[in-house]
Amino acid sequence: MTQSTASIPDPHAGPLHDDHAHAGDAAQGGHGHSHPAHVAHHFDDAEQQKDAATLGMWCFLATEVLFFGGLFLGYAIYRQRYPEAFLIGSHHLKLTHGTVNTFILLFSSLTVALSVHAAATGNRKGIVRYLIGTLILGFAFLGVKASEYYGEYQEKLIPKLLFELPDPAHSEHMKELLEHNPRVKAAYDDPVRRKGLEQQLQLFFVFYFCMTGLHASHMIIGIGVMSWLTWRAHKGHFSAEYHTPIEISGLYWHFVDIVWIFLFPMTYLLRH
Amino acid sequence: MDKGFRFIPEQASEAASQVDALTLFLTLLTAFFTILIAALIIYFSWKYRRKSEVRPAETKTNYTLEIAWTVIPLIISMVIFVWGAKVFVHMKRVPEGAMEIYVVGRQWMWKVQHPEGRREINEIHVPRGRPVVLTITSEDVIHSVGIPAFRFKMDAVPGKYTQQWFTATKTGEYHLFCDQYCGTQHAGMVGKVIVMEPGEYEAWLNGVKADDTPLGSGKALFDAYGCAVCHSAQAPSMSGLYGRKERVADGGTGKIEDVQVNDEYLRRSILDPNDQLAVAPDGKPYARGIMPSFRGRLTEEQLISIIAYIKSLKNTPAQREVVP
Amino acid sequence: MTAINYPESAPVVEENYLNVSYDVKSWLLTLDHKRIGVLYMITVTLFFFLGGFAAIMLRLELATPKADLMQTEMYNRMFTMHGVLMVFFFLIPAIPSVLGNFLIPIMVGAKDMAFPRINLLSWYLYMTGGTIVLVSIIFGGLDTGWTFYTPYSSQFAIGNVILALVGIFINGFGSIFTGLNIIVTVHKMRAPGLTWGRLPLFVWANYATSLIMVLGTPVVAITLGLVVVERLWGVGIFDYRLGGDPILFQHLFWFYSHPAVYIMVLPAMGVISELIACFSRRRIFGYEFVAISSLAIAFVGFLVWGHHMFVSGQSIYGAMIFSFLSFFVAIPSAVKVFNWTATLYKGSIVWSTPMMYALGFIGLFTVGGLTGLFCASLGTNIHIHDTYFIIAHFHYIMVGGTIMGYLGGIHFWWPKITGRLYNETAGKVSAVIVFLGFNLTFFPQFILGYVGMPRRYHFYPEEFQLLNVMSSAGATILGFGYLMPLVYLIWSLRHGKIAGPNPWQATGLEWETSSPPPPENFLEKPVVNHEAYNYHEQEPTPN
Repeated sequence: MTQSTASIPDPHAGPLHDDHAHAGDAAQGGHGHSHPAHVAHHFDDAEQQKDAATLGMWCFLATEVLFFGGLFLGYAIYRQRYPEAFLIGSHHLKLTHGTVNTFILLFSSLTVALSVHAAATGNRKGIVRYLIGTLILGFAFLGVKASEYYGEYQEKLIPKLLFELPDPAHSEHMKELLEHNPRVKAAYDDPVRRKGLEQQLQLFFVFYFCMTGLHASHMIIGIGVMSWLTWRAHKGHFSAEYHTPIEISGLYWHFVDIVWIFLFPMTYLLRH
Repeated sequence: MDKGFRFIPEQASEAASQVDALTLFLTLLTAFFTILIAALIIYFSWKYRRKSEVRPAETKTNYTLEIAWTVIPLIISMVIFVWGAKVFVHMKRVPEGAMEIYVVGRQWMWKVQHPEGRREINEIHVPRGRPVVLTITSEDVIHSVGIPAFRFKMDAVPGKYTQQWFTATKTGEYHLFCDQYCGTQHAGMVGKVIVMEPGEYEAWLNGVKADDTPLGSGKALFDAYGCAVCHSAQAPSMSGLYGRKERVADGGTGKIEDVQVNDEYLRRSILDPNDQLAVAPDGKPYARGIMPSFRGRLTEEQLISIIAYIKSLKNTPAQREVVP
Repeated sequence: MTAINYPESAPVVEENYLNVSYDVKSWLLTLDHKRIGVLYMITVTLFFFLGGFAAIMLRLELATPKADLMQTEMYNRMFTMHGVLMVFFFLIPAIPSVLGNFLIPIMVGAKDMAFPRINLLSWYLYMTGGTIVLVSIIFGGLDTGWTFYTPYSSQFAIGNVILALVGIFINGFGSIFTGLNIIVTVHKMRAPGLTWGRLPLFVWANYATSLIMVLGTPVVAITLGLVVVERLWGVGIFDYRLGGDPILFQHLFWFYSHPAVYIMVLPAMGVISELIACFSRRRIFGYEFVAISSLAIAFVGFLVWGHHMFVSGQSIYGAMIFSFLSFFVAIPSAVKVFNWTATLYKGSIVWSTPMMYALGFIGLFTVGGLTGLFCASLGTNIHIHDTYFIIAHFHYIMVGGTIMGYLGGIHFWWPKITGRLYNETAGKVSAVIVFLGFNLTFFPQFILGYVGMPRRYHFYPEEFQLLNVMSSAGATILGFGYLMPLVYLIWSLRHGKIAGPNPWQATGLEWETSSPPPPENFLEKPVVNHEAYNYHEQEPTPN
């Protein structure tokens, strides 16, 4: 195991390290035991540290599954309860944007995987390159999402603040849906049911904005983490022996991707 | 109403004895195991109290014992489950021909409607011996209709109807409670269920429009009809009201004007509360339809008593600030 | 019998985790799990007494049928404060974050938790959440009850609902990170030779608890988040007028909050196992069954949330399923009670203070658990739902169970944490006062609930007064019983006898190091080559 170079940060420095003495320290000038600098003090060895970090990230991702899960469950229940309104909702989401975003995310998971591989092979430049690629794709995703949100604003689909049941005269999607789906048409034509449709459609968009918003905020956190890792990689903090932060952040990124893989079909693709 | 100390409520419904029988069994079971465990603990603590030079034996797992005390409680649990489920299904299956009464909960009163037309507030008159099904809903938050003497409970959920039935078996008056926390005056959202002989019930249903209560004083009426519950909380306070000018909005046109609070104004407010809506401290009138009308529910005498009581309320220092 | 100083079984260490440095920064920025445990101990005690103050106010008011001590809004805020502070800021964190944090790394032979910085972060999340909730209660008030039922909480309640929910949300992440730390530590950092089958039952219990914390808490987090969204945005997630469903809130809320009660009681059960084993000098009878029962409770606990909703308009079939499953969750708890009792058989028993709390726990938890059968059974649930019977049931478990377990654990490990022994007589007297006060407070509430007194009532019909007076009298005694340990434990910090490494002659890695332990827990990494609770291999105890 190669010893650390001066550029790897000393885990003993910094405000979060308390100055506890080491047994047997007095006789020697510093550490009574040797370990690579990247292994934290309380671990036996690098393998234990890596195992712990990986299990920790998996546990954290389990919490995230439950976190998103509650929201998705609420959406699913209302979808089942108000099929017509939620159909209208799905039809008014921008399928092209969503599909492009799906590919962007899948590709970004590839760049993440490649950066992990680069780390494992000690390819410092490779790590940086692929992480930057991931960042670019991440920003692209957010950009596409933002333009979708802006479109929803223009189409008056912001619940409570700026909301109208789409009028087939102005909305192609609505017109098509009413032509091809008798159930939706029946609901729309009945004045009492139409009022209900408007409320239920608002509920669709509440969940849409909450779900995509929660996802996007996780993307933003992911972008933050990846940026920090890019900087660290650039500084040479990682090596073939030690690149756990990249691996576990990669896990996180893949997870955020998987959330989208569920979110996208549940909201955009259920059109019948 | 029975105001004595009791360990269990009166059994005034046909389901009550079934529920109590199960309760008795569970109580005996609880007592048995609690006493058993407690006795064993005390006995072992004494018999095996620490003595020097005694090295306790090594513990060996006894699989038979483990299985026994897993399976036996499981069997007992299943017995309890089946018994409880039977009682429950009986309580849920509404019998054919059950008489329907509608109950609407709102902060903080119960509005009861008999299909024949009689309306009540905070009281439910029912005949003895006939299945009655309450169809319950709420206008605002979740409430719950609880009638301990009937072992009855069902939530009042806004946006849907819930149902629960009972057959009252004893005449008398029994507590009606709100059993789901619903805001400030949750504890005040109480009333009574009045069980009458069928003949008397018919007479009541068709008889004198106003409730013939033995209460004479205006204050007692003010409390009994639920006025106090709202008018001490979010509705305009009555303190010092009589004799001053009150800002009101016309119920139809919305025009704001100042009126003199006199007997006629008070009478109008009780009988036709939507005619003139008081304006709250923030300048907006109270909404229509919050205060129910008491037309047909009070005799003229009772109206006069209540008005007399309101007149008597002097200005109290702590006028509650109404928050919209 | 007072604790005896046995010959040291571990070398004397001059420097321990307490005296290694004294300045404030070394405490507030500590990464030492022991110090973090102590920080939690101080702060959960604070929240306990705040929640307890609210309880005393409630019981004082309820001594008379009329509303004569405080305004109704104040009463409603009091019971909300009591519930929120006790559930989220005392019962859930107490044992895992105080005793768990302190002991688990030592019990598995490690130098620290897997993620010390995340551990410190947990405490800061707890403190931030707690402060925000206190601010929301004190300034503006909160009167939704700790259960926040919609639509009251999402539309009608005035007060600082949003702020309180944000505080609880933040605190929830502290809980999640504690659980995550415990899971990874137990999986990955056990000493050589320490197989799962040799772990102390305290570790098993907290491990099972951590599974619940990690899987359940996120659900309540998103649920409370949706209530915040509804209040801020004015949309109708739980508003029937806008297409929403208030009952959806109940499902999502109870999906966490039922398992949460197992978060509250499982660690206490872990403590009890340790105490019974030590003070009868026997391995816990049926060790494997007790260990597995913790996991069984954690698993089945996730399947029964609907038993809180039998009268919300559930279908008969839904009710039957939830009732059926609710009986299953009782069985593993019964198995523990039987195994603990069997451990006493042919043991060598001493009624030390921790043992008194442990035995008291068994009795009170038995009552609490068996009254759970009344709740699980559909026939009786309808009548007792939302009455004082339910309050009595869960206080028997939370107070008669968890708090007794916590106090027992604090007394048992006090010498290890502080290096001092407390006054044994004072300990025993308080334990008796707590036990008696507790029963007087809560037993009458079973009857009160069955005769019909609803929960959360500020005033009540006169005929309920006698039972209420008994309960309030009990509460006063109980309160006094809780104040006593505060006094004599703090007193012992200066004046208590020096404890030595193993005053109880107990087994377990924590007793093989000094009291208080050195900063890295052990001078040499321990190796484990025997079962847990190997008392039968010890010399008989001198008297």
